[in-house]
Amino acid sequence: MGGLNRGLRYVARRLALGVVTILVIVVLNFVLLHLAPGDAADVLAGEAGAATPSYMIQLRQKFGLDQPAYVQLGAYLKRVATFDLGYSFRHGMSVTDLILGRLGPTLLLMLTVFAISVGSGIALGTVAARNLNRWPDHMLSMLAILAYATPVFWAGLMAIVVFSIKLGWFPTSGMEQIAAFNEGWARVADIAHHLVLPALTLSLFYIALYTRLMRASVLDQYAMDYVTTARAKGLTERQIARRHVLRNAALPVLTMAGVQFGGLLGGAVVVETVFGWPGLGLLAYESLFARDINLLLGIFFISACLVVVVNLLVDLSYSLLDPRIELT
Amino acid sequence: MRAFLSRFVRHRPAVLGLVILLMVTAFALLAPLIHPASPFGLVGRPFQPPFGEYLFGTDQLGRDLAAALLYGARTTLLIGLIATTIAVLVGVTIGGLAGYYGGRLDAALMRLTEIFQTIPFFLFAILLLAVLTPSIVNVIIAIAVVSWPPMARLVRGDFLAMRDREFVLACVSMGMSNARIILRHILPNTLSSIIVTASLMVATAILIESSLSFLGLSDPNVMSWGFIIGAGRTAIRTAWWVCAIPGIAILLTVMSINLVGEGLNDALNPRLRTL
Repeated sequence: MGGLNRGLRYVARRLALGVVTILVIVVLNFVLLHLAPGDAADVLAGEAGAATPSYMIQLRQKFGLDQPAYVQLGAYLKRVATFDLGYSFRHGMSVTDLILGRLGPTLLLMLTVFAISVGSGIALGTVAARNLNRWPDHMLSMLAILAYATPVFWAGLMAIVVFSIKLGWFPTSGMEQIAAFNEGWARVADIAHHLVLPALTLSLFYIALYTRLMRASVLDQYAMDYVTTARAKGLTERQIARRHVLRNAALPVLTMAGVQFGGLLGGAVVVETVFGWPGLGLLAYESLFARDINLLLGIFFISACLVVVVNLLVDLSYSLLDPRIELT
Repeated sequence: MRAFLSRFVRHRPAVLGLVILLMVTAFALLAPLIHPASPFGLVGRPFQPPFGEYLFGTDQLGRDLAAALLYGARTTLLIGLIATTIAVLVGVTIGGLAGYYGGRLDAALMRLTEIFQTIPFFLFAILLLAVLTPSIVNVIIAIAVVSWPPMARLVRGDFLAMRDREFVLACVSMGMSNARIILRHILPNTLSSIIVTASLMVATAILIESSLSFLGLSDPNVMSWGFIIGAGRTAIRTAWWVCAIPGIAILLTVMSINLVGEGLNDALNPRLRTL
């Protein structure tokens, strides 16, 4: 009973922190909006020329640009709270609709990267730990050093050169062949085919990160008393590894994967740009070029909300996986 | 010092890293002597392959890639070092204050740090540069703004662990001022972990800088490795080396810094071997 209460309080605290985070981001956005050249109406209309003069007048009235800053901030907060992020003249759509339309491909990419990197990180880290200071361990740590130092956009470009241009195994860009009008499983297979290179490119760094983390974590676990107990009661090494060590050792990797989600979104900008993957990252790159700063602010806001939600989910699932974790 | 050096030298990869890093630094410092003309100057036919008239060939406008690499090394190292210095100062100040004073100040500063860690930092850097226009100063600011939180958390942890140790209590009972205790007594004791983390932060800063300039967010008057790759990527089918060569430069530089950082870690914290 007390535990449940404590759990609820923990959730409430994390939720409150999430709300504060989003508030801070909205305020940051507001400040950036005012730092940009021209007044806020210029920025919101996607810089000079794109909007009609009557819309500009309407915008200036709507934002009360003659009002003091805190009144403007209040109005801005109110609009963001209702997900009114403005209108993108470059795309002829509301920013919210535009972003929601691009969310799917990005989430597909992220989930794939998450699965690949956590899965291979756990597997490779275990291999490294169980072959401590033998050749598989040394080889994996050398590969990790390389992966840590490789710029993700360069890895993507080189993958295109080798696997798309020279070998012709994978398409160079996009998410599917739109002209092919694939349906059903054919479309799924087509998207999967396009997904291989971007997902592997973005996973590279995270595989290295989780492999090293898992290796350290497995080594920590093998030093624990419960492993000795398990050996003493006659379990085989295989049973000890599978049932006891791996489950415990994988927890830090999962936490780290949650923490890294914000970084993963940043990597998505670069990878989506390289591979023309039509997600939020590519939208950010396009809006950068179109100087559509309001759209960029909207993408930043929605991504931050996404990160807050994911972190909350990770916190919760972590405490479910390991009930001993203090929920305070 | 001698013990430190011998421990560092025993770590072979760290020595390799140091050699590469010194070479890159030498190229960066000597760039105006080796290649006095501007790296933006057009020297010949575009898309010349490497090892011909020019060591690394030319790019899509006929600029000498070797010169671009030399001057890019200057930009990369400069931005990496200055941005990290700022981030270290901010991180150490925030972490130190939070860890030493504890209580409400600690709670407030750590919430702030947590918020900054949650923000998708690369998007935030992009946004800052899109709004502020990408001059070299703004690039440095953007990288510093997104890099300090891990340092703050690390320093806070160290200060927290150190705060109740006997030597600090002795200082307090001597009536020493807080500033003096923090600067003269606790900080020097946390310096080794700060140095190790800072060296790894330089590597990260360089990766962020190259990604930003790849996206076109670099000072248009300064040559950088990411910029060459970003500009050369449209011609990747025909002239892949324009993208490949600067990428190898980034990889080698970042790897050498990481190796030096690990060597420093082994040498400075011999008891605390992480991996």
